[in-house]
Amino acid sequence: MTEKQFPREEYLASGHRGCAGCGAAIIVRQALKAAGKDTIVVNATGCLEVMTTPYPETAWRVPWIHVAFENAAAAASGVERAIKVLQRKRKKYANKKINVIAFGGDGGTADIGFQALSGAMERGHNMLYIMYDNEAYMNTGIQRSSSTPLLASTTTSPVGTVIKGEDRPKKDMAMIIAAHGVPYVATACLSYPEDFMNKVKKACEIEGPAFIHALQPCTTGWKYDPKYTVKIGRLAVETGVFPLYEIKNGEFKITYRPLKRKPLNEYVKLQKRYRHLTDKDIEMLQKYIDERCKLLGL
Amino acid sequence: MVTVGTIIYEPGNSTNKTGSWRVFKPIMDKDKCVMCENCFIFCPEGCIKEKDGKFEIDYDYCKGCLICVNECPVKAISSIREEK
Amino acid sequence: MSKVKIITGTSAAAEAARLCDVDVISAYPITPQTTCVEKLAEFVANGELDAEFIKVESEHSAISACIGASATGARTFTATSSQGLALMHEVLFIASGMRLPIVMMNANRALSAPINIWNDQQDSISQRDTGWIQIYAADNQETLDSIIQAFKIAENEKVLLPVMVNLDGFILTHTVEPVELPDEEEVRDFVGIYEPKHAYLDPDRPITQGPVGVPSCYMESKYNVQNAMNNAEKVIMDVNEEFAKKFGRKYGNGLIETYNIENAETVLVAMGSVCGTIKEVIDDLKQEGKEYGLLRIRTYRPLPINHIREALKNAKNIAILDKDITFGMNKGAVYTDLAGFLKDKKTTNYIVGLGGRDIRQDDIKEIMKHAEKAEDGETKWMGLKEQ
Repeated sequence: MTEKQFPREEYLASGHRGCAGCGAAIIVRQALKAAGKDTIVVNATGCLEVMTTPYPETAWRVPWIHVAFENAAAAASGVERAIKVLQRKRKKYANKKINVIAFGGDGGTADIGFQALSGAMERGHNMLYIMYDNEAYMNTGIQRSSSTPLLASTTTSPVGTVIKGEDRPKKDMAMIIAAHGVPYVATACLSYPEDFMNKVKKACEIEGPAFIHALQPCTTGWKYDPKYTVKIGRLAVETGVFPLYEIKNGEFKITYRPLKRKPLNEYVKLQKRYRHLTDKDIEMLQKYIDERCKLLGL
Repeated sequence: MVTVGTIIYEPGNSTNKTGSWRVFKPIMDKDKCVMCENCFIFCPEGCIKEKDGKFEIDYDYCKGCLICVNECPVKAISSIREEK
Repeated sequence: MSKVKIITGTSAAAEAARLCDVDVISAYPITPQTTCVEKLAEFVANGELDAEFIKVESEHSAISACIGASATGARTFTATSSQGLALMHEVLFIASGMRLPIVMMNANRALSAPINIWNDQQDSISQRDTGWIQIYAADNQETLDSIIQAFKIAENEKVLLPVMVNLDGFILTHTVEPVELPDEEEVRDFVGIYEPKHAYLDPDRPITQGPVGVPSCYMESKYNVQNAMNNAEKVIMDVNEEFAKKFGRKYGNGLIETYNIENAETVLVAMGSVCGTIKEVIDDLKQEGKEYGLLRIRTYRPLPINHIREALKNAKNIAILDKDITFGMNKGAVYTDLAGFLKDKKTTNYIVGLGGRDIRQDDIKEIMKHAEKAEDGETKWMGLKEQ
């Protein structure tokens, strides 16, 4: 018998109402296994919040709060400072180190929650913000967000006769937060649990704000067979669509380097949101990815 | 009685049996399993649990996504169509 | 030991928050609230108040951080005004729905457009349905006292609702008055320490706050808020009495305050600092042998309808002043709130002081005269220029 790789404790209970094959649930399970029991979760409105907490049922086994869509980072700021002051003034929480982790989707993070996030990161709160990025507003029916990648089809970037899918490239959230000068920024993907969980641990250990941009394949929005959630995430990394790196105290490091990058086609062909792509489109996207990977030293 | 502030006090009480959603059913061959933990860490439901040193699927909650089937490196998990 | 200081309304609010030993302050600057948060920042910087001051990037985040802090069990204070309060709108409902006893100072200021930094009460009145208790102070002393009372009211287990203490922008926020600062220990003894039994985030007690309110629970959760508002009426009165016993000052019965109402056929109904002007006019006219009364609504939410009706039982002409306007009705919100309950009286409505327009003693006299002669239901915009 080999040694146990992953903690057996579950902080997200079964019985939640996520779709079969939901990547968001995988991200939360992994993140909380890494963070452990002494964690408070702040959740932005979105799939994750809706599927886990239909009153009077909750899937959460850690203290959890949801306020609204655009303010998870602000609410987390309040939680973090309250812990600090209550520890100081009222000797609460037995002076334990408590992790404050905010979960927001790409819409709640890169779009409507962007200002609150920027403020929280700049103010230096001791918190970890995890953006679970499924590249569109899945909870409301797959509308595009600023994190939707170029040419992907969504319900508000449909494939029409004139415009074919999303016409703007994906917003680079990890680099934007890195520009805030926070001590820890990383990208991650649920298909690489060790890498992701290590990053969550580092982010929790580090003093000050941390941000993890976690790619989360979505069976419903990306339109693929649910069994491929992990496979597609792996392909996103192997093709260089979503490189895994961390920036710790300003030091950039690739944390997973594919031996040889796979061609983009392997990634897009499994997803119906890309089924309209022509060979020329794929060639154009491949070139775009190659350039970005070169920039990151991949 | 709805609680003050609509607070839920019982952690992880989501006892909604999502196993009824299943169309395909994963079947675990415990003898073939090498305990690599892939199925365990990739399960969106957290319904693959270790019992007596082996993994077991909790069919009360398994929605049948078959990620476990796809991620098992030794083909210890197969799938059949759910019969109801 | 209590002491008297000559201070502005915003300073009085900041002093009150300090005296109540708040744990977390989260606020964003906006005229004419700014001096309140500046003062609080100073208290924290000088160690006069042991609190965390979160210098957020917007009012939306200010109130959101307050929710996070209050839901973790901290005594929480914020201050805003006008556009800032409007930006908080969405989150105000959440604070009351989650039953978090946050206390806010709001400096009453007009809403844009056109942009205007001066006083009226459109900002807070527009938030009347958010589930916040609303108190309107008439002077700087009352601002301080009301904030101290607000924590005791908000944190009462029968209430557990956020409280907004309103004071008129510039008229109170930027005018100095002598204010008695009660003894710190006595205030802390009065308000106690906030120890919530319902809402606090703690890994040793993993609760879920702010879940999805499915249709089978949503109505009940809102009815709970209404019940808390009902309970608040008595709690506000009790706190007003208790405060009077301890500190020697009281504000009517806590809900309303009446002035020369017993023998007056014509009674003005108003909120906030204009009541000072009205009292002066009433005193002047009394010397001429004319009797007019004032009913000041101190607590606008919960609206103490029965108390108002009882107080007005002998009056014939009720002149309701509104520093706000409900467009499309040509009425103010206070009027529309009250008219239905005063059907046996003649009620008239006066739109006054929008965007800082002065309300002079002559205007008050004109209102009194008009109310006597006017038809039931008339509305008059006071001081409106010919166009």
